[in-house]
Amino acid sequence: MSEQLAKKELDINVEYLTRVEGHGNIVINIKKGIIEKCELQIIEAPRFFEAMVRGRSIFEVQHITSRICGICSTGHCMASIKASEDAAGFKPSEQTNAFRKLLLHYETFDSHLLHIYFLVAPDALGAKSVLPLVATHKDVVLRALRMKKQYSDLCDILAGRHTHPITCCPRGFTKLPTQKELKAMRDILKSQEDDLMITVDTIKSLAPKLPAFERETEYIALTHPDEYAFLDGDITSTDIEGAIKPIDYRQAIHEYHVAHSTSKHSKNKRGSYMVGALARININFDKLNKLGKSVANTLGFKTPCYNPYMNTVAQLIEIAHCYADSLAIIERFIKDGVDYDQVVSSWPRVDEKESFSCNSGKGVGAVEVPRGLLVHDYDIDSKGIVNNANCVIPTNQNLANIDLDLKKLVPEFINKPKDEITLLAEMLVRAYDPCISCSCHMLDVKFV
Amino acid sequence: MSKAKKKVRIAFFDFADCEGCQLQLLYLNEAFLGVLEHCEIVNFREAISERSDDYDIAFIEGSITRKHDEERLKKIRGNAKIIIAYGACACIGGINGLRKRFTQDEAKEIVYKGREFPLEAGEPRPVHDIVKVDYYIHGCPTNNDETVKVLKSILLGKGYKVPNHSVCVECKLKENVCLFEKGQVCMGPVTRAGCDAWCISNGNTCYGCRGLLDNPAEQGQIDVLKNNGYSLEELTQRFDLYNACRMEADKK
Repeated sequence: MSEQLAKKELDINVEYLTRVEGHGNIVINIKKGIIEKCELQIIEAPRFFEAMVRGRSIFEVQHITSRICGICSTGHCMASIKASEDAAGFKPSEQTNAFRKLLLHYETFDSHLLHIYFLVAPDALGAKSVLPLVATHKDVVLRALRMKKQYSDLCDILAGRHTHPITCCPRGFTKLPTQKELKAMRDILKSQEDDLMITVDTIKSLAPKLPAFERETEYIALTHPDEYAFLDGDITSTDIEGAIKPIDYRQAIHEYHVAHSTSKHSKNKRGSYMVGALARININFDKLNKLGKSVANTLGFKTPCYNPYMNTVAQLIEIAHCYADSLAIIERFIKDGVDYDQVVSSWPRVDEKESFSCNSGKGVGAVEVPRGLLVHDYDIDSKGIVNNANCVIPTNQNLANIDLDLKKLVPEFINKPKDEITLLAEMLVRAYDPCISCSCHMLDVKFV
Repeated sequence: MSKAKKKVRIAFFDFADCEGCQLQLLYLNEAFLGVLEHCEIVNFREAISERSDDYDIAFIEGSITRKHDEERLKKIRGNAKIIIAYGACACIGGINGLRKRFTQDEAKEIVYKGREFPLEAGEPRPVHDIVKVDYYIHGCPTNNDETVKVLKSILLGKGYKVPNHSVCVECKLKENVCLFEKGQVCMGPVTRAGCDAWCISNGNTCYGCRGLLDNPAEQGQIDVLKNNGYSLEELTQRFDLYNACRMEADKK
C-alpha cells in the first residue's frame, strides 16, 4: 500500500447516479487506507419479468420483454424473437434477417449516440448536463437532437416507432418498407454523413481528455465468420479457446447474486468480464467494414484496448460501421426489391389457430445489443406458451467488472480531491453505459 | 423578473418501468428547445445531473410498487402543483400488472426457486392509487404529439381531457381493414383512443396499452372474440396484458 493511501480516509456516496438508465448508487468507503466498500449499488425496483412472461404466448412475449427497457427495446425484441423461434422451430428468411439486422443497427447507433452526446459529452465539456450546453455549445446540442430525430424517423419507417418496435415479431415483419420508404431511409442516412463526421471530430478532440486508466480483463462477444456479429453468432471469450453455441451460454456465463444489488452479477473464468462495444471491437476488430476501420484510424484507436473509458470511442466506431452497413442493406433492397409476400401476422390467424402447433422445449436467442451480449432463454410447450424464462442482461454481466475497475481506479487516483475522484467514478460507471432497468429485471438467479 | 415571465418548473420522476417514455422526449428535436423556452427542467435524472425540490409540474413515470416508493411519491405530490401520470405504467399499472397473476410469494418462488429474497417485492399500482393525479398521458410508449398537446394546454390554463372513445374511431379514419375481418384479435374496440391506431396501422394488433375505456363494452368485445373462435382464457390474457390493475380494481 502506498504511503498516501495508508493515511487516506474517503467517504463517497453518490445517491441516484444521474445520466444513466435506471437507479444506482456509487458507494466508496476508505478507512485508514483500507477499502471497506467500493461498489455500484443497484436499487432499481424489481419487476419480476420471469413471472410476467410465464404462461404467455411466444407471440406476445417479445412485446412484454421489450418493456424490460426503453433504450434497448429492439435488442430485447430480437433476442426474445430469436429464443422463441429457436424453441418453436421457426426459421426466419434471409430477407427477414436482413431487415432485423437493419433495425438492430438503428438501435445501436441511436443508443450509442444518446450515450455519447447526452450522457458522456457533458462530463467532457465540463457541464452538469446537456441543458447548460444549450447556451455554451448550441451547435453540439442541435446536432445531437437532429441526429436522434433522424434515427427516430428511420425507426418510424421500419418498425412503426423507435421505442418498443411494432412491426417485428416471430416469423417476420407485419409490415415491410415500400420502395418509396426505402429511398426515404437512404436519403435520411445520406443526409447524416456530415453530422457523423463532425461527431468523429468532436470525439477526437475529447478522447485525449479521457482518464488514463487501464485494467485488462476478460472480454466476451458474439463472433460470426462472415461479419461483425450483432444479430447472429457464437459466444467468444478472450479467455476461452473456440466459440460456444448460444444454447450452451451457461458454459461461459455464470450468474450469481450479491448483497449490494437487486441485479444479478456474472463471471466466467476470472472475477469478472466485460461485454459491450469495447469487448466487441477487441474481439472482432478485423470484421469492421471500411468506414468503421477508417474512423478507428482517425481516432487513433488500437486493439487490444484495456481502458474502459474508451468504450465511448468504441461506440463511435460502431456507429460508423452500422451506418455504412445500413446503407448497404437498404441499397440492396432498392436494387433487388422486397418480397412483400413475406409479411406475417403478429399472432396466428383464426384459420391457423386450430391447427397451430410448434416444437416444444428450450430455445436460446443471443444478440449483441448496444451494451453487450444479451441472451434470452425460454422453455415452451407445443402451443407456444412459455413455461420458463431466463434473460442474461449486458449490464448485469458488466457489474462485477465495474466493481473491480472501481477498486483499482480509486487507489490510483487517491491523491486527487474527493470531488475529482467522485467524478472519475461517475464517469467510469457512465462509460459502461449501464442500463439498470434492464439489469434489474429479476429473473432466474444462478449461484456458482 | 416579472411573474408573467417566470418559467414553469418541470420535474421528471421514474418508478418501476423501462424509462422508455422519458426517452421519447429526446426525440422531440427542436420542439424540445421550444419547450425549454417556456419551461425549465429541474429534475430529469436520466438526462441531467441537476436536482431540485422546487417545481410546479411533476411527470411521474412507472408503477408504484414498494413502501418507500409510496413515500417518495407522496413527497413529490406535496411539492408539485400538478401531477401528470406519464405512460401506461403510471396511468394504469401497465404490463407490471402481469405480476399480479401471482401472489408476492409465488412470484418470488418463480424467480428465486426457494432461495431467500431479502427485498420487498411490492405490489404494482398506478399512481392514482397512492396520490391524486391531475393529468394522464397514456400509452406504452407515450407519443410526443400528445405530450406536447397536454403541456401546451396546461401552460395555457385550458386543461386537457383524454379521449374516451375507442381506438376503432381513429383506426377507421386511418382506413385500416378491420382485423376481425382478417381473422385476428384486436383490443381496439375497448381501448382508449389517442394513439392514432399506432400499432394496427403498422400491421400489428392493438394490445390495449392506453387502458380500457371508462365504460368499455366488454361483453360486446367478448362476444365478438368468441364468435371468431377464441376462448375466454385467451381473451382474459389479452385483457390483462395492460389492464390487470384495472381488472383487479373492478372486481372489488
